[in-house]
Amino acid sequence: MPLTTLKLPELSLVLLIGTSGSGKSTFARRLFKLTEIVSSDHCRGLVSDNENDQTATPDAFALLHYLVGVRLKRGLLTVVDATNVQPEARKSLIQLAREYHVLPAAIILDVPDYVAENRNRARAERQHLGRHVVPQQRQQLRRSLKFLKQEGFRHIYHLHNTEEIDAVQAIVRDPLYSNRKQDTGPFDIIGDVHGCYQELVQLLTTLGYTIETDATQDARDLGMRVTAPAGRRALFLGDLVDRGPDSPAVLRLVMHMVQEGLALCVPGNHDIKLLRHLHGKHVNEQHGFAETLAQLANESDTFKNQVRQFLDGLVSHYVLDGSKLVVAHAGMREEMQGRGSGAVRAFALYGETTGEIDEFGLPVRYNWAAEYRGRAMVVYGHTPVPAPEWLNNTIDIDTGCVFGGRLTALRYPERELVSVPAAQVYCEPVRPLDYLRQLAEAANQGQEANSQLTAQQQHDDVLDIRDVTGKQIIKTRLLPSVTIREENAVAALEVMSRFALNPKWLLYLPPTMSPSETSALPDMLEHPAEAFDYFRRQGVERVVCEEKHMGSRVVVVLARDEEAAQRRFGVIGEGPGRCYTRTGRNFFNDSTLEAAFLARLQEALTKSGFWEQFHTDWLCLDAELLPWSAKAQQLIKDQYAAVAAAATAALPEAAAVLTQASSRGLDGIETLLARTTARQTAAEQYADAYRRYCWPVESLADLRLAPFHLLATEGHTYFEKDHAWHMETLRAICLADEGLLRATPYRVVHLQDLADVEAATQWWLDLTASGGEGMVVKPYDFIPSGRNLVQPALKCRGREYLRIIYGPDYLLPGNLERLRERSVKAKRNLALREFTLGVEGLERFVAGQPLRAVHQCVFGVLALESEAVDPRL
Amino acid sequence: MLLTITTTHQPATDLGYLLHKNPARLQSIDISAGQAHIFYPEASPARCTAALLLDIDPIALVRNHRGPAGEGFALEQYVNDRPYVASSFLSTAMSKAFNTAMNGTCKDRPELPDTLLPLEATVAVMPAASAEQLQKLFAPLGYAVETEAHLLDPTVPAWGNSRYFTLRLRHPALRLRDLLSHLYVLIPVLDRGDKHYWINEAEAEKLLHRGATWLPQHPEREFITRRYLRNLAQYVNPTLERLLEGEEALTDDVPPLTSEETATTGLDVAAPSASTTAPAREKQNLHDLRLDRVAETISQLGAKRVLDLGCGEGKLVRRLLKNPQIEHILALDVSWQELQRAQERLHVAEMPPRQRERLTLTQGSLLYHDPRLVGYDVAAVVEVIEHLDESRLAAFEQVVFARARPIAVLVTTPNADYNQRYEQLSAGEFRHADHRFEWTRAQFAEWVAGVAERHGYRARVDNLGPEDAVVGAPSQLAIFEQ
Repeated sequence: MPLTTLKLPELSLVLLIGTSGSGKSTFARRLFKLTEIVSSDHCRGLVSDNENDQTATPDAFALLHYLVGVRLKRGLLTVVDATNVQPEARKSLIQLAREYHVLPAAIILDVPDYVAENRNRARAERQHLGRHVVPQQRQQLRRSLKFLKQEGFRHIYHLHNTEEIDAVQAIVRDPLYSNRKQDTGPFDIIGDVHGCYQELVQLLTTLGYTIETDATQDARDLGMRVTAPAGRRALFLGDLVDRGPDSPAVLRLVMHMVQEGLALCVPGNHDIKLLRHLHGKHVNEQHGFAETLAQLANESDTFKNQVRQFLDGLVSHYVLDGSKLVVAHAGMREEMQGRGSGAVRAFALYGETTGEIDEFGLPVRYNWAAEYRGRAMVVYGHTPVPAPEWLNNTIDIDTGCVFGGRLTALRYPERELVSVPAAQVYCEPVRPLDYLRQLAEAANQGQEANSQLTAQQQHDDVLDIRDVTGKQIIKTRLLPSVTIREENAVAALEVMSRFALNPKWLLYLPPTMSPSETSALPDMLEHPAEAFDYFRRQGVERVVCEEKHMGSRVVVVLARDEEAAQRRFGVIGEGPGRCYTRTGRNFFNDSTLEAAFLARLQEALTKSGFWEQFHTDWLCLDAELLPWSAKAQQLIKDQYAAVAAAATAALPEAAAVLTQASSRGLDGIETLLARTTARQTAAEQYADAYRRYCWPVESLADLRLAPFHLLATEGHTYFEKDHAWHMETLRAICLADEGLLRATPYRVVHLQDLADVEAATQWWLDLTASGGEGMVVKPYDFIPSGRNLVQPALKCRGREYLRIIYGPDYLLPGNLERLRERSVKAKRNLALREFTLGVEGLERFVAGQPLRAVHQCVFGVLALESEAVDPRL
Repeated sequence: MLLTITTTHQPATDLGYLLHKNPARLQSIDISAGQAHIFYPEASPARCTAALLLDIDPIALVRNHRGPAGEGFALEQYVNDRPYVASSFLSTAMSKAFNTAMNGTCKDRPELPDTLLPLEATVAVMPAASAEQLQKLFAPLGYAVETEAHLLDPTVPAWGNSRYFTLRLRHPALRLRDLLSHLYVLIPVLDRGDKHYWINEAEAEKLLHRGATWLPQHPEREFITRRYLRNLAQYVNPTLERLLEGEEALTDDVPPLTSEETATTGLDVAAPSASTTAPAREKQNLHDLRLDRVAETISQLGAKRVLDLGCGEGKLVRRLLKNPQIEHILALDVSWQELQRAQERLHVAEMPPRQRERLTLTQGSLLYHDPRLVGYDVAAVVEVIEHLDESRLAAFEQVVFARARPIAVLVTTPNADYNQRYEQLSAGEFRHADHRFEWTRAQFAEWVAGVAERHGYRARVDNLGPEDAVVGAPSQLAIFEQ
């Protein structure tokens, strides 16, 4: 009975083996996706325009190998449609499969020569094939058959004739054993137990499990009764045995839990050693195996058999919870996760070593986690550490219980560590537990102070250029992805390198803000009506109008004290906080003034009870710092004042000669004179406009900070809070120091309530008439729910203020009409992308992600800022 | 922006013939950026004044891409002094309005163009570095120069004067066309904000032609020539650019970068003014000396693979390429603009393949780990560290000494002890606007020793440049070897 289905691992490299004319291409097209098939004939065609050009064969195969390599790297099943009858042709493909940890499979299409030859004769492009070709290939094929297994093929299907070939109706793709992506937990992941039964029971009890021993009813139930807290399961990271006092009891408990579906388990190197022993192989009794042997001596053969079967069935590692979690005894590199090969299994058991032996006679470990870039959290054990530390979303939770340390569990997805101390030292470690830590610090020479930082913070001292250069596609919560173009990354790299602060401070860069659409009113460029209309169109019912302060946008990142800054931001000797500009540049040039400013703000926060209220010792604020001239003095002098000076010096001279000429009665002079006088007035109004936002800054007493968003505190962002909440929360802080802090006047407006809208409009008119810059209109909710992301804010700037932006003469006849031709589309698009990245970066920061993940977003905002958008908007 | 020309020549109304403009009428002509109006506020036989009033349209300026490009602070493109100051727009307007007069022809009074006239001219307003600069440029041409300075902001007297002056020139006896030529050439020279967007190669030559009779005798001819050649070279005239190759002064005028805050790039050239030409050249020599010394040291170290970290426009690369022992150079700069310049200056596109293989020119930052930097014999870090904030030096140290780990590292930086020898530097002032610090010899030595110890290098610091017994040499060179 011929097979109708063939089973293959879901990720495999399938070699079709058969002579020319054996029907490989037809078979492949019938049973695989077209994109899964890489054909040698097709490659030959791609490199030579002729599928039969044999001189193109070397290039064609180079291309074939390249395509196969790329597909395997990306984790895609791939079918190689080539004769593959020669061992050397297969060898290079098997090597590719190994390189990418993919299982090789062979399907042999074994048809008689005459069938193949008849088919070849029927095809015009195969006429050139010599009579000897097919028989020769078939001979090679037959010789190959018995070596295939030896060559490394795990799945081999030999289809002996056309009937068997035609009988195959489907390929069944088996998930890899390691694939448990559907399994979402929650889990209690437990590190190396090493026979510490007492501590294991204590830890499980702490975690809410109940464990009772019971007389054995049946050999299979192992004499245990265990219940788990609702929905939770334990997940053992292996090394259940050796060194400790009661390895059989640990095995009994874990096996029972696995059997009852209360636990999962991956093997450790010690477990595998025991398995080899149980298989009757000779194993070295060192490293605590002697103890296990002695303990097992009293156990029944039935139990030992159960242990053998249990260990035999363990899978090297698991990929869980939609690829968000990976567990393995000794860790797992990203490119090996969910793959199958000897190398993957070896890595899972032994981790990565350099091949060198250290002074303690132990293999030197290579810290693969330092280079880890994967999205999955990797939880592992194997190497005892004094305390678990996150590094690039990986964590080693083997805290050396058997060496007198602790037995540790990581609760997933809570990321919470639970541990119990060892009752005693059962075994003296060969090298000290903090050995790796010492090594890492030695490698990070030059940073003596660094030992106070976490492993992640030390790692984050230097970011990798590969994380920011080139085209970047950043996945975010608010938008599926934000793309940073290479040329913008080029500009951002320069600005970031030359001007920005230590990136550890840069949690967030604020987004750009679009103005409302151009006003319909004759003598206005901007008016609240358009901003309200926009939000109404977006289905927003309530908005918040906030007075827009004209100063410099700043982000304040401030800790309660310098120790808190060090703990949370990983900076040493840089003070408790920073106040930086929209481009990540330090706001203050004067460090004494900065220190005084931050100290005042700390005092206000303390006085208002902020730290206690928010259970935090740091915060991140979005704010405006006044006056404008504090930071922009040079700009104001070089540009704004200069323009006014030139205008007020030049125009009166022109008016004087025009007046003189007009007395001569020349035609047309009057018009010219009127226009010049108008420009003179405009120049004065322009000078008044910028002067309003300037006052001399001699000390802290001259500065005002107007915070408008509380962005983040420990473990929290506040994007789910509405703007009225932000305003009121910040007002409470401002009241604690009204000399330095300025609460922002605001009003909530119901867009369907005409009176409300009218009152807000009048408020804006009054504000701008008395010299205010204008207002910012925001949806009441920070991020309104709904299908589309709406603008986080729109600005409506006053008529006088806009002189600073559009020039002194912008309201003169002929000018305003032309300036109305502006489009806010590009600006709004940019604002949304920057907002998205800002939110993402901050969320990543509070979630404790590595700096590079936060920096990618911050860098992205800076890069987007280099996109060419009309700066007057 | 206003220019008036007055004569008391008898009859003064001859001015109308000379200018080929009727004193009884207002004439308006279109110029690229707006309109020029010509009229006579007074026209009596005793005294006649012609006025040229420019009405620059700032919106058209933007739309036609003729205004400032807006680098540095982007709004500069939209809010700027162009509508009010004498600039190359005035020169264009003059050549359009007074073409015949500038060429010295006058159909009706053929003798007039060559007649020496008592002339007065007023420019409102003229941008200039100082009143002295105006004196220096106009007095040698025989003018009595009167300048009226204007406050930057009368409500903030502390800000002092603006760079705008009302300029009044008087000459007892001058041909009108000479007055026009002087203004035509010197206005764009004085206006640093002027980028000559309007000019093409033919006009560049016209400009040179306008100065032909008087420029060679002018004591400031070098400054005048440099100023407009520089502007031209940057935007228009590749021929002149080639002439200028190796002119250090060019680097002082690189447009600022894409940050909101203005900053200048470039090397240690002091901010230019009419008087700094000589020191600038002296410094250029220092920079050459520095690069020669670094190239020589690299050669002595027997390096085959060399990193040029912060390569700028490629002056060190040029030297290294000549050294046959060097097999490969990776030249890195964080500034894309500098890299473009290096591409051009080194003629990378036209390099023969063998030579091109020896050079990789690419963007990079010394504050990010970069695996491409691993595996080199020597890294040259010439005049780079002082452009980094001191707080960022730890990252620089990690990237270069802990991660890239070349066998040898050469670091040069100014010697702050020497600054007192620069007269134009006031105490505490740095040699370049973008310098974040300048270290004394003791400070540099301390840093060098610390880095060497932390990363397993031997290090020594040498003087670089002519040595002074008290303050040492202007620059210092640290040589680290593993």
